[in-house]
Amino acid sequence: MMNVQAVKVIYKYEMLRAWDTLLQSFASPVISTVLYFVVFGSAIGGRIESIEGVSYGAFIVPGLIMLALLTQSVSNASFGIYFPRFTGTIYETLSAPISYIEIILGYVGAAASKSFIIGLIILATAGFFVELNVVHPIWMMGFLILTCISFSLLGFIIGLWAESFEQLQLIPLLVITPLVFLGGSFYTIDMLPPAWQTVSLFNPVVYLVSGFRWSFYEVSDVSVHISLLMVLLFASICLTIVWWMFKTGYRLKH
Amino acid sequence: MNSVISVTNLSKVYGGGHRALNDVSLDIRAGEILALLGPNGAGKTTLISIICGIVNPTEGSVIVDGHDIIDEYRITRSKIGLVPQELTLSMFVSVWDTICFSRGLFGKKPDPAYLEQLLKDLSLWDKKDNDILTLSGGMKRRVLIAKALSHEPEILFLDEPTAGVDVELRKDMWDLVEKLRQSGVTIILTTHYIEEAEEIADRVGVINKGELIVIDEKEALKHKLGKRQMIVELEESISSIPQSLTLWSLELSSEGDQLTYTYDSHSEHTGIAELLRAIDQAGLLLKDVNTSQSSLEDIFINLVNTPSQVS
Ligand SMILES: Nc1ncnc2c1ncn2[C@@H]1O[C@H](COP(=O)(O)OP(=O)(O)OP(=O)(O)O)[C@@H](O)[C@H]1O
Ligand SMILES: [Mg+2]
Repeated sequence: MMNVQAVKVIYKYEMLRAWDTLLQSFASPVISTVLYFVVFGSAIGGRIESIEGVSYGAFIVPGLIMLALLTQSVSNASFGIYFPRFTGTIYETLSAPISYIEIILGYVGAAASKSFIIGLIILATAGFFVELNVVHPIWMMGFLILTCISFSLLGFIIGLWAESFEQLQLIPLLVITPLVFLGGSFYTIDMLPPAWQTVSLFNPVVYLVSGFRWSFYEVSDVSVHISLLMVLLFASICLTIVWWMFKTGYRLKH
Repeated sequence: MNSVISVTNLSKVYGGGHRALNDVSLDIRAGEILALLGPNGAGKTTLISIICGIVNPTEGSVIVDGHDIIDEYRITRSKIGLVPQELTLSMFVSVWDTICFSRGLFGKKPDPAYLEQLLKDLSLWDKKDNDILTLSGGMKRRVLIAKALSHEPEILFLDEPTAGVDVELRKDMWDLVEKLRQSGVTIILTTHYIEEAEEIADRVGVINKGELIVIDEKEALKHKLGKRQMIVELEESISSIPQSLTLWSLELSSEGDQLTYTYDSHSEHTGIAELLRAIDQAGLLLKDVNTSQSSLEDIFINLVNTPSQVS
């Protein structure tokens, strides 16, 4: 039998935490997105012709949303579980009658919800700058939700693994940010030299951005089905790692 | 009496190879107050942490109210409340929010009336909207107690509840413990203060270097391990103990005016009458006679400092 109350309170208090730091949680990703818009969309975009029939400003919207989703999911989820480990309050969760699945549902669910809300806010913000038209809204929502969940899982893993605040920042800084910037948010892959095109295919973010962009404009670097497959694959790898971590009590129980 | 917690051959070896618990077995009785005594690093917190599910045991098993703590952790953990040794609290949450969180975490539906009463009992009601950050250390400890009791546990672990606590809070705490016991809650506490164990516990267990060296009723322990001493004050000092008194292995004070006789309080034959007669026959004049019984503290120090085990 599930401990529904526990999932509810973990979720609720994680969301409350975001509410308390509203500015940091919701405003800062929106502000940085607006800045990207001003710089890339208007200043530079004005000199770039439309890409495959889509104006540059509109073209970068899906990539910008992904950029925010990935970084926010990872930082929210990693912080959410790292902090109680750091302060020691995790003792209570460990001594409570809850399963690992419930802990994940609470923490990852909250982190994913937060980034989902951020994604929607950015989408709405973008609507002020460019004319948006979403050809496949269901696919769009699907990609949005799957991305929030899988990268929140990744953040959760980082939060369990990290043993200091430096380590907590390390992976986002060294791995996620480069992957995201090289993930085709601001360009299509075929704009790159052939060698880099091949390298890009090893970057999971390319598939995300491509699939997400396809749901807007039917313009993509790789087939949308391959994109979906890659996202699901990524999510299941993260799930497996989390499951293993809990099973062995990794960094949680001595 | 039926046992509510059964610990069998429990051992814990931490990652670094340190054996914190070694083959510990004990039964905790329903409704009792058990005090666990032991020096720093003895393994008290480790034992509690295993029972509560925070630390994995290396060997052995723990049964809580008939359920295994690993296979049936949902049942066992929902019966247990834990007040940890360290003041581990989320600082930016209000008192009210944190106890609602704790209650929910343990799967209980919200019950504002119960929680209100709980905070009132702990004199925290007027602080309910304050952030934990703004509370004093003693109040934070009360919050930890409130969190542990928020889900109405049947068993309460208090890991050094009186560390850093003033006299008044300590008294409040013992009143609360007494009240809980009357409502049928089993209470296990660890402490370094032996007077505390002596005052409120029914039974006392002593842990040293990962081993449970003794566990018994407080009074039985004093009776069994305690020594009685008889001090005989003499009218006139002597320089050595007379030959005729060697049988009693007396100790002579440095001034030569006191003889101390140590005897087992529960032995059939204490030998007091014969000793007094022999003193008389040796021609010594008695000024006064005192007897004293060792406190739990003496017993404790004695146990922890002697390597041999008590059966
Ligand atoms: N996480 C850990 N990793 C390695 N060793 C540990 C860990 N926790 C405790 N120990 C060691 O296990 C031993 C028992 O520690 P424990 O905290 O159970 O003692 P204690 O009886 O509660 O002491 P105190 O009275 O100081 O609270 C100590 O030697 C301690 O250093
Ligand atoms: Mg301890």
